Amino acid sequence: MANNPTSSSGAASLWRDPDKRAILYQVIVVALIIWFVGSIISNTATNMEDRGLASGFGFLKTSAGFGIISTPLISYSEGSSYGVVFLVGLVNTIIMAFVGCVLALFLGFFVGIARLSKNWLVQKIATAYIELFRNVPLLLQILFWYSAVLKPLPGPRSLYEAGQKVSLSLNNRGLIFAEPIGQAGMGTVWWALLGGVILAFIVRWWAKHRQMKTGKQFPIFWTAVALIVAMPLVVYFVLGSPMDFVPAEMTRFALKGGVTIIPEFIALLLALVVYTAAFIAEIVRAGIQSVSHGQTEAASALGIKPNHRMRLVVVPQAMRVIVPPLTSQFLNLTKNSSLATAIAYPDLFSVFAGTTLNQTGQAVEIMAMTLAVYLTLSLLTSGFMNWYNSRIKLVER
Amino acid sequence: MAINEYSGVVNAGDLPDKPAPMRTEGIVAWIRDNLFNGVFNSVLSLVALAFLLYTIPPALNWLVFSANWTGGADACRANPDAACWPFVTARWEQFLYGFYEKSERWRIDILLAILAFGIVWLAIEKMPLKKYMAIFMLVIFPVLAFYMMFGTESALKGIDSTLAAHAASGEFAPLDPLRKLLRIPFAAADLKTVETSQWGGFTLTLVIALSGIVASLPLGVLLALGRRSKMKIISLLSTIFIEFWRGIPLVAVLFMATIMFPLFLPKGVHFDQLLRAVIGVALFASAYMAEVVRGGLQAIDKGQYEGSMALGLPYTKMMRLIIMPQALKIVIPGIVNTFIGLFKDTTLVLIIALFDLLGIVQASIADPNWSIKSVPYTGYAFVAIVFWICCYAMAIYSRRIEEKLHTGHKR
Repeated sequence: MANNPTSSSGAASLWRDPDKRAILYQVIVVALIIWFVGSIISNTATNMEDRGLASGFGFLKTSAGFGIISTPLISYSEGSSYGVVFLVGLVNTIIMAFVGCVLALFLGFFVGIARLSKNWLVQKIATAYIELFRNVPLLLQILFWYSAVLKPLPGPRSLYEAGQKVSLSLNNRGLIFAEPIGQAGMGTVWWALLGGVILAFIVRWWAKHRQMKTGKQFPIFWTAVALIVAMPLVVYFVLGSPMDFVPAEMTRFALKGGVTIIPEFIALLLALVVYTAAFIAEIVRAGIQSVSHGQTEAASALGIKPNHRMRLVVVPQAMRVIVPPLTSQFLNLTKNSSLATAIAYPDLFSVFAGTTLNQTGQAVEIMAMTLAVYLTLSLLTSGFMNWYNSRIKLVER
Repeated sequence: MAINEYSGVVNAGDLPDKPAPMRTEGIVAWIRDNLFNGVFNSVLSLVALAFLLYTIPPALNWLVFSANWTGGADACRANPDAACWPFVTARWEQFLYGFYEKSERWRIDILLAILAFGIVWLAIEKMPLKKYMAIFMLVIFPVLAFYMMFGTESALKGIDSTLAAHAASGEFAPLDPLRKLLRIPFAAADLKTVETSQWGGFTLTLVIALSGIVASLPLGVLLALGRRSKMKIISLLSTIFIEFWRGIPLVAVLFMATIMFPLFLPKGVHFDQLLRAVIGVALFASAYMAEVVRGGLQAIDKGQYEGSMALGLPYTKMMRLIIMPQALKIVIPGIVNTFIGLFKDTTLVLIIALFDLLGIVQASIADPNWSIKSVPYTGYAFVAIVFWICCYAMAIYSRRIEEKLHTGHKR
């Protein structure tokens, strides 16, 4: 912005000159915000003192004294500290968010493509799915899966007799299946899997290189499947199945052993995936429809096969439209996982901002830590998706 | 043998009739072309058909045909494998009004009627005076609704005591004439106070969603303008505000509203639980609204800005007369979509122990008189149907406007 050359000196010029006026506005806004934040801080300090609330992060070392129903990856007992409770909650949230995002992506793509199917029935079913699940509150869906579907299932006591071995069961205690325990030789199978993945990447690189040079195509997909899935399987069976599946055993009251996926996890995951997939499906549909029809026609005119046409021409262009809204859906799913608190799935919100806050009363510190986690997860997810988006961006001249 | 000179085929008599061409019209042809054109499609159709046969008839049967429509809890107990609608009919008043006092429910009825009238007026395309109706619904109606729902009793008392104090001390108060003017409608209405703890049911859902949207619209516009402002600090502050609220879950906002908010306030100042929740929801929604409005502002051609600047319009007039009317018009679908999200999200207040529609149904399910297998399903189905109808209607409205705005891109 250029300075006004005819401006006179003094107070009038301060008001007339847009640059100076902007500075004035900003000074006022900053002053107001400093005053506002300052009064909040001082009010909080006084209020906390009045109520005798402790402050500081010392509570993180105190023993929690409550049990948590699911603590994957982290060893936790009632004697563990609140700091460990935080970590357990964090791990549970991240697991839920990650598994949810992956499943919602697949289901969403599937439904979105079904929505564009030329088959009238399939298309209508996909539309009905989208319109049904998108327009019903998520919390209601969570409560439905939890208290109307999973909780009324029969309990293990009415299903099994004492001493019975159970290798797969869905009851009101969750999904229980036999626990895989690796024996000697299982390490070789894992190495085979790792080797398969690395080999698949090498083959892909080589095939691309060769196609660039000679134009000959190589069945990369099936080769990769053979390397990653079939090769470890062959090794597994050659070594004589070095993995034991130890089934759960019914004691007098409950199933013991096996791997249990708690019903809270299943209910929350189902609701989040089904709900978010409805939105992703619409995004996918809009993205595919945004690719000009001329692209499809041109691809057909060049004699590209229908499935190659979709994979090589339409989808790469559609991805540019799909990725930004997809990012916000992933973020929504992550944030919505905090609804776990309604059914007491032990995610960060429910064990830390819920139980820990109730027990210690240190609202400020706990909310600050919780919010920091969600903001960080948001930043990380959008950072990753921005990186991906810039990678697939249209390279212009 | 002259015929053989031409080595063509000669038929004596008529040729047999060729088969009629495949029908291209009618239901059979439609089914063939759309469902069974090719092996893959046929398999797909059969799978889809099986899926429909497996899900639709049992669902309809449960919801409608073998459902209990009349009778009380006993009828449902006798037939527990189908929906129990008497549960809804016996309690529909609670579902709609919550614990609002029975003698005062007419106040909600009037407000709902005005609301419905206003929405229909605004949704019909060719209605006249839409601008004034919108201003009425966005500015006057919320105030009216607040005083009708909460009652004018306490406001009247406040005014009277201030007036009496001023009269006793002989103090000159410049606002007194205004107070006297305000007193007239308050005294005329004379509605008794109904505490917000008694509000509930679908009314509460509407209160939270509507006050959220009404408050978040102006705030969102301001934030969007702030974010696009050339003033660096203001733009930075708006961005931080928007990204903060967009980055945290609504549950966290509601938790903060219940737990943290009282800590932030100076001593002696007390905010009602519902008000705190509404403030939280409004701030949360305003961040999303700001992003929607910003999209609209970005979509306006640069020439519009330059043109209005060339005409010498100052910033406020440029925004108010040129940019905003165009920008807000194209973001109506976005605003409606934000509202749909907000409307669904109001159910989350059940986590902070406010009884919106879902909360009250959830509480009613626990009633031991209705401890029947089908009751939870019926309750959830009822809530789902109510929300679905509201949200789907809004979605259709938003889509219609979108189609009207997007002309010429059809394939």
